[in-house]
Amino acid sequence: MSSGWKGLRNFVFHRKREMPDGLWMKCDSCGNLVYKKVVEEKLQVCPECNFHFSLGIQERLELLIDENGIIEELWPDIESTDPLNFKAVAAYRDKITEAKSQTGLKEAVVVVRGKIEGIEVILGITDSRFIMGSMGSVVGEKIARAVEKAMELKLPLIIVSGSGGGARMYEGSLSLMQMAKTSAALARFDKAGGFYISVLTNPTMAGVMASFAALGDIIIAEPKALIGFTGPRVIAQTIGQELPPGFQTSEFLLEHGLIDRIIDRQHLKGELALLLRYFKR
Amino acid sequence: MEDTNHGLDFEAPITALERKIAELESFSAIAEVDLSEEIKKLRTRAERLKTEIYKNLSPWQRVLLARHPLRPPVQYFINLAFTDFVELYGDRCFRDDRAILSGPAKIDGQEVMLIATRKGKTTRERLAYNFGSPHPEGYRKALLKMQLAAKFGLPIISLINTPGAYPGIGAEERGQAHIIAKSIFEMSQLRVPIICIVVGEGGSGGALAIGVGDRFAILENAYFSVISPEGCAAILWKNSSKAPDAAKALKLTSKDLKELGIVDEVIPEPVGGAHRDYKTTAENMKQYILKCLAELRQIPMDTLIQQRYEKYRKIGKFVENNNPASK
Ligand SMILES: [Zn+2]
Repeated sequence: MSSGWKGLRNFVFHRKREMPDGLWMKCDSCGNLVYKKVVEEKLQVCPECNFHFSLGIQERLELLIDENGIIEELWPDIESTDPLNFKAVAAYRDKITEAKSQTGLKEAVVVVRGKIEGIEVILGITDSRFIMGSMGSVVGEKIARAVEKAMELKLPLIIVSGSGGGARMYEGSLSLMQMAKTSAALARFDKAGGFYISVLTNPTMAGVMASFAALGDIIIAEPKALIGFTGPRVIAQTIGQELPPGFQTSEFLLEHGLIDRIIDRQHLKGELALLLRYFKR
Repeated sequence: MEDTNHGLDFEAPITALERKIAELESFSAIAEVDLSEEIKKLRTRAERLKTEIYKNLSPWQRVLLARHPLRPPVQYFINLAFTDFVELYGDRCFRDDRAILSGPAKIDGQEVMLIATRKGKTTRERLAYNFGSPHPEGYRKALLKMQLAAKFGLPIISLINTPGAYPGIGAEERGQAHIIAKSIFEMSQLRVPIICIVVGEGGSGGALAIGVGDRFAILENAYFSVISPEGCAAILWKNSSKAPDAAKALKLTSKDLKELGIVDEVIPEPVGGAHRDYKTTAENMKQYILKCLAELRQIPMDTLIQQRYEKYRKIGKFVENNNPASK
């Protein structure tokens, strides 16, 4: 791993550890008890089964961007409002406040201009822990701006997606339309000859997968990520039968020709850089 | 016996009055008595009742209307508003998905490409059309026909009535998410005018997949939503019987969508809903389409594509640097 920690000092996040105290943790995927320190050393990957746990935005930046490689964070101050005045059991406003304090983020996506092995890129990352990484107006707006910025500066675009939530229901059809907004931006970028790598992490579902996440010139996935349109529980309920093992995993998608490559986290940066060098303008 | 209310309790008083009018009419014919005064009075009462009831429907009641089993199937719209429809099948890859139909047609003599989801009317049709839920091959078929239309300059008319893209194993295996994304992506750049109308249910990404264009309209009692009210209730209330609450919270009615700037126009339905008068509904829709075609044909293609981009680009509400912005 060649990413640096020092470069991120001016990049202020209130980092929160997800795991409870103690030396051991249980893997969500294989159920084994694994030594936490080993998981951390392996960049949040299970040493037993190679399941890739969710990585926060800060950790992802450390993983992908060169030491001192962040040129700027773009549009850090866009925040959600509550356009529908949405009240369910919990109000949307409270969900936002809670997500902010839990993650230290202002929204589910961060966009930076930075360098990967010296190659300048626009990099967007969604955090599946902020209201399930779902796309409301802010995520849609920042992704669309990221695409437009990459187009304007003639830079390659990488978006690392992690969204179990898809289009954020608390913003109703405004969220749904972000699918059109981001996809339309990518269509223009494509026409202009831009290069876009979509990286799918666990989980990437629904409205996010059915828009910008599926539109990469190259689509990469981390191993064993849950990827698809409809959530597995809803499908099982609808068809009234059990789902085949491995359904909607990265490996399943690769087998069905829906993604281009599965890359272990430890090799992700190197392989992205290699691809960036192949497909340059 | 079939429940003629179809679970729509709010319609019961209207249906009862209508039944009574029908009874009186047949009685007066058989018995040769003049009940015209009587019938006229009842008709006026029924009209007033319909107006009253339909003015005050809850969002959930609108959802039920959008799903009404007697709501005009898309084939009726095609027969009433279009001529010379030639259905073209073929996704050139896997199989024909009958949940979607596509092909060229004429509207007031003007050649267009028609794309529609269909639910069917009889049980047999409903099964064959998978209750209006397309698989990836359906979207692939639609996209191919839209690209064909763009090649020959035929404007695209998309009529949407779907609970959503089908959630199933095969659909996932064949890339449901991918084809929805691809369809949206392509539609944003197709170099012909595109008019999309939600005529019943507008279920999430599965509706948007054939719903990107220069004009986006909705019939008065149709709905368009990021998630079904039941799905939303199951997730947020942990109880799908809270669907009426979810329907309210989601702001999915035609009126809400107009206020949010999601739809360009609400196409009026006859009082009492589209299912009471297919012809007027189809005519209203036709007039809207003709109006849009006339407008859109005036716009140079590059400008049209730019305006289409901006139409979607500006949707969203947020604050930036603590300033309210709605770009
Ligand atoms: Zn494991």
